[in-house]
Amino acid sequence: MSSYEARFKVWRGDVQGGGLEDFEVEVNDGEVVLDIIHRLQATQAPDLAVRWNCKAGKCGSCSAEINGRPRLMCMTRMSVFTREETITVTPLRAFPVVRDLVTDVNFNYTKAREVPSFVPPEGVGPGEYRMMQEDVDRSQEFRKCIECFLCQDTCHVVRDHEENKPAFAGPRFLMRVAELDMHPLDAAAETGLDRKATAQDEHGLGYCNITKCCTEVCPEGIKITDNALIPLKERAVDRKYDPLVWLGNKIMRRTSSG
Amino acid sequence: MSVVERQEWDVVVVGAGGAGLRAAIEARERGARTAVICKSLFGKAHTVMAEGGIAAAMANANEHDNWQVHFRDTMRGGKFLNQWRMAELHAREAPDRVWELETWGALFDRTKDGRISQRNFGGHEYPRLAHVGDRTGLELIRTLQQKIVSLQQEDKKETGDYESRLKIYQECTVTRILKDGSRVSGVFAYERETGRFFVLEAPAVVIATGGIGKSFKVTSNSWEYTGDGHALALLAGAPLLNMEFVQFHPTGMVWPPSVKGILVTESVRGDGGVLRNSEGKRFMFDYIPDVFKEKYAQSEEEGDRWYEDPDNNRRPPELLPRDEVARAINAEVKAGRGSPHGGVFLDVSTRMPAEVIRRRLPSMYHQFKELADVDITAEAMEVGPTCHYVMGGIAVESDTAAARGVPGLYAAGEVAGGMHGSNRLGGNSLSDLLVFGRRAGWHAAEYAAARAFERPEVSDMQVDTAAAEALRPFSAEGPGGGEDDGRPPENPYTLHQELQQAMNDLVGIIRREAEMEQALEKLADLRVRARRAGVEGHRQFNPGWHLALDLRNMLLVSECVARAALERTESRGGHTREDHPTMDRTWRNINLLCQLADPTGGLAAMDPERGQITLKRETTDPVRQDLLALFDKEELVKYLAEEELYQ
Repeated sequence: MSSYEARFKVWRGDVQGGGLEDFEVEVNDGEVVLDIIHRLQATQAPDLAVRWNCKAGKCGSCSAEINGRPRLMCMTRMSVFTREETITVTPLRAFPVVRDLVTDVNFNYTKAREVPSFVPPEGVGPGEYRMMQEDVDRSQEFRKCIECFLCQDTCHVVRDHEENKPAFAGPRFLMRVAELDMHPLDAAAETGLDRKATAQDEHGLGYCNITKCCTEVCPEGIKITDNALIPLKERAVDRKYDPLVWLGNKIMRRTSSG
Repeated sequence: MSVVERQEWDVVVVGAGGAGLRAAIEARERGARTAVICKSLFGKAHTVMAEGGIAAAMANANEHDNWQVHFRDTMRGGKFLNQWRMAELHAREAPDRVWELETWGALFDRTKDGRISQRNFGGHEYPRLAHVGDRTGLELIRTLQQKIVSLQQEDKKETGDYESRLKIYQECTVTRILKDGSRVSGVFAYERETGRFFVLEAPAVVIATGGIGKSFKVTSNSWEYTGDGHALALLAGAPLLNMEFVQFHPTGMVWPPSVKGILVTESVRGDGGVLRNSEGKRFMFDYIPDVFKEKYAQSEEEGDRWYEDPDNNRRPPELLPRDEVARAINAEVKAGRGSPHGGVFLDVSTRMPAEVIRRRLPSMYHQFKELADVDITAEAMEVGPTCHYVMGGIAVESDTAAARGVPGLYAAGEVAGGMHGSNRLGGNSLSDLLVFGRRAGWHAAEYAAARAFERPEVSDMQVDTAAAEALRPFSAEGPGGGEDDGRPPENPYTLHQELQQAMNDLVGIIRREAEMEQALEKLADLRVRARRAGVEGHRQFNPGWHLALDLRNMLLVSECVARAALERTESRGGHTREDHPTMDRTWRNINLLCQLADPTGGLAAMDPERGQITLKRETTDPVRQDLLALFDKEELVKYLAEEELYQ
């Protein structure tokens, strides 16, 4: 293996507008897309704006769309593309652009605040928490989330529908509701808070029609739809008839039998 | 020029990793209106990368564990250079800090009886690390983040505003601590998104900015680790302590080149992974130093038995403290017994079934699969040392986390010095963040409350000076200050790469006098050139500009490391001198303090050829008798000077 020159198109611009800019740039063995963006910064475009931190798929900062697919730039190896391919890097489409590859992700922080926090159980002091591994497994899966917001970006409920944003928390924060709902010691119910009900009534669970796009882009491999959203819907069904649950069950049954 | 927006807070916390967030929670809960200011998005701090766990003597996995044993391990790991009172507070309070996280919603892995599971780690006598697979740092940061959100929700209920008492200024960078006379009066910062300047006025400032790894080429640290807090404190007149001690984690990835340095968690060894050289030999048995001879297995068989029966066998030497393992790997590679890409082999594939590896080390499995095409359940990893952590840092009072010499300034976490002595044990970082983050927030809040009616003032002049300093990279080209005439501006990325290469080659894991002198010359050269670091474009989210500003901090901190390393003529923990290869007991109670050569803090006015740092030696307080009594006399003889022993 040796180095070669790759063709890149990188979106540059800001809230006023912008467009794809062409670059030819060196690529070496084993590199990822973020390495190439950094090389562009160091050699051709010092003010190219990009977010990144850990460069190891742990912090979820360097989210972008690569050839139209939401991905982490640090976990996308150049070897998945052919040398002839032109690689297009654009900012996350569901959020307003700040500059170049950096978007305004405040939507997510706003939604995070709208989910009521963990309620510690009455009368159980620090050090007295007892939980079985099999009971924490489910919530632990959701706590693997690195908040890259790729699921929020890809979800078609908000991707091209700005008008749905106020009413819809998005897969990441519906999953947060599920996580708390499945937490073995969360005492929300004792305070009169029905988390399942809030998912439906306050966080827009009904908008989700379980197309599983969120699961597909999750870099942590969390089964957002199957393990978080569908169970929430099934619990909500006690209270409300939801035709999508019925449909979801049909689809699930078909895939598992097929 | 003073049109810079100002806001008033009681406590300002710089940094939103584990220490910063824990400090902010404490300050807010004690009634202080608290602002947190961080370079990245909220929840992305470097703490997320911590993998192994949080060390705390909860005795869930081994009933013999207690704070005294933890204290002992910590002092041994730090080769007795630790600020012993910090090590004591840390060992005593860590369990409460972990249990508290559960009440905020954290979900640790469990023991069979439903308590928090604890795993083995290098240098810890008993399984002590509370963990969540190998993503413990993420759990910690998320739990603290969610606790902050829950406090904001309470405030919203009461005041109608989420941010009335606790606000996060994300993607903002502090470039100066502001002072009123000798005391802290606030911070000067810019917003990365817009480039807009602003001032947060506050009587108390907590620095919690983490480490300095981005001054080295091969590092496990992210871009944020540019030594900002270390430099801010220095510039504000506070001394840094023992900056020569830099931890090179023994196991970073070595291939492919683009991921060189990324961390491979110590849990791999804690859970049974072994190190082998190119001849297939478990070489660590050849590298057990005298001070640890009685504590480690002498044969592979004994080491292997220890995982199942720790009471009757000694631990394998793969679990020696990190400095020992890093040096051993370095020596094997140098002796020509390295792996194809210049590391050694770390193998779990022959030690555990594939499904156990995937369950216990999911991130490692994922990381190697995705980034190196290596399936760690089937083949060995290639690993080598990577710059990971700085033990040195802001000199603080042990109980209050107050920075010495600057009233109103506090420091916690990696940026604070002393706690870990010359070498940090794995797992002691996350617990350090919690224990001293809380203490910093607590004392900063108390300090601020006592000054509620005599708040320090921020002078316009200081704000103007800070603004001019921050704008300097935009005027680097053209006829700026006389000496720059006619020369093109320097590329900040090039300067950064040269700095990283110099520190890596000349002040790295093994140090020599002549090389460190060479490093100081190179730093002087870079300092001159960095004054002309120029940027293109405008102030809106401009990474070139941000880097040009961060260079000041990296250069200052690098000089501290190089000067202190040159001064300390012994090898101890994270400081290894080829020309002084042994530990010297007479250095045991010597601290090296770095201070700004020009105490007015005016960098620009200085002669660029001269250094910016002066060193001062200081003798440390003797270790308290009841703490010394926790060790056998025979062991103490190896560390303490004669006169210390007979006091």
